[in-house]
Amino acid sequence: MGEQIVFLILGAIIAGCSILAVTTQKIIRAATFLLFVLLATAGIYLLLDYHFLAMVQIAVYAGGIMVLFIFAILLTNQPGVNVKFEKPWRMFLAALAALSGLVICGHIIFYNVTKIFKYAEIDYISMQTIGTAMMGTDQHQYLLPFEAISLLLLACIIGGIMIARKR
Amino acid sequence: MNNIPMEACLAISTLMFFAGVYGFLSRKNMIMVLVSLELMLNAVDLNFVVFNRYLYPGQMEGMFFALFGIAIAAAETAIAIAIIINIYRNVKRIYIDENITELKH
Repeated sequence: MGEQIVFLILGAIIAGCSILAVTTQKIIRAATFLLFVLLATAGIYLLLDYHFLAMVQIAVYAGGIMVLFIFAILLTNQPGVNVKFEKPWRMFLAALAALSGLVICGHIIFYNVTKIFKYAEIDYISMQTIGTAMMGTDQHQYLLPFEAISLLLLACIIGGIMIARKR
Repeated sequence: MNNIPMEACLAISTLMFFAGVYGFLSRKNMIMVLVSLELMLNAVDLNFVVFNRYLYPGQMEGMFFALFGIAIAAAETAIAIAIIINIYRNVKRIYIDENITELKH
């Protein structure tokens, strides 16, 4: 029962704040609503027993990416100025596209997903299990994607320096 | 989580994703477009984790996919913000307008 109440609160936070984040006028408020959405998502990961993933979500998303966003907003915006939206007919088209997608996906989820639902308790996933799965080369182990991600991050660092430096 | 159905989690992530789609199509500020993109990526990560937890509880594929997705999202955001700051330095505004085409070499 307690888990249901927590889940309802987290779901309400995610739904409300994600809609507010894309409709609010002030850009720094949008970033703050995005932060609430990310933290509530970390809460859902905790409810689903993935503790490590929740911590990564808080550290990388709610920590690193939000700092980047706030830096970019403070560097590129005059304070207190409302941001512009698209033209009204384009906003109407965007709302139409989003609503139709929401209806289609909601229909699919509501009518098709219930048939395959089952829930099983799992043990606590230890840090050792995650580490060996990330660093091994056997089946269900992920050394190659890990190295690919590290290469991507290196390329991202070099690219960020090359793009943002003064000429 | 025993009595929380899977559709509830999926409904939340669907709502988040299409809020991101609406913001992506309806905002003109580049940082707002990026915020909407983060919403969409976050919804996809949540979907991976929920499917993994409910359908294959003994395995960790979805969790690792979400982990790598978070890393890719961080890299992509860093590059995009570097580009946005460079555009701001050149044309002094970051709206998606016609003047962005002046950046071409």
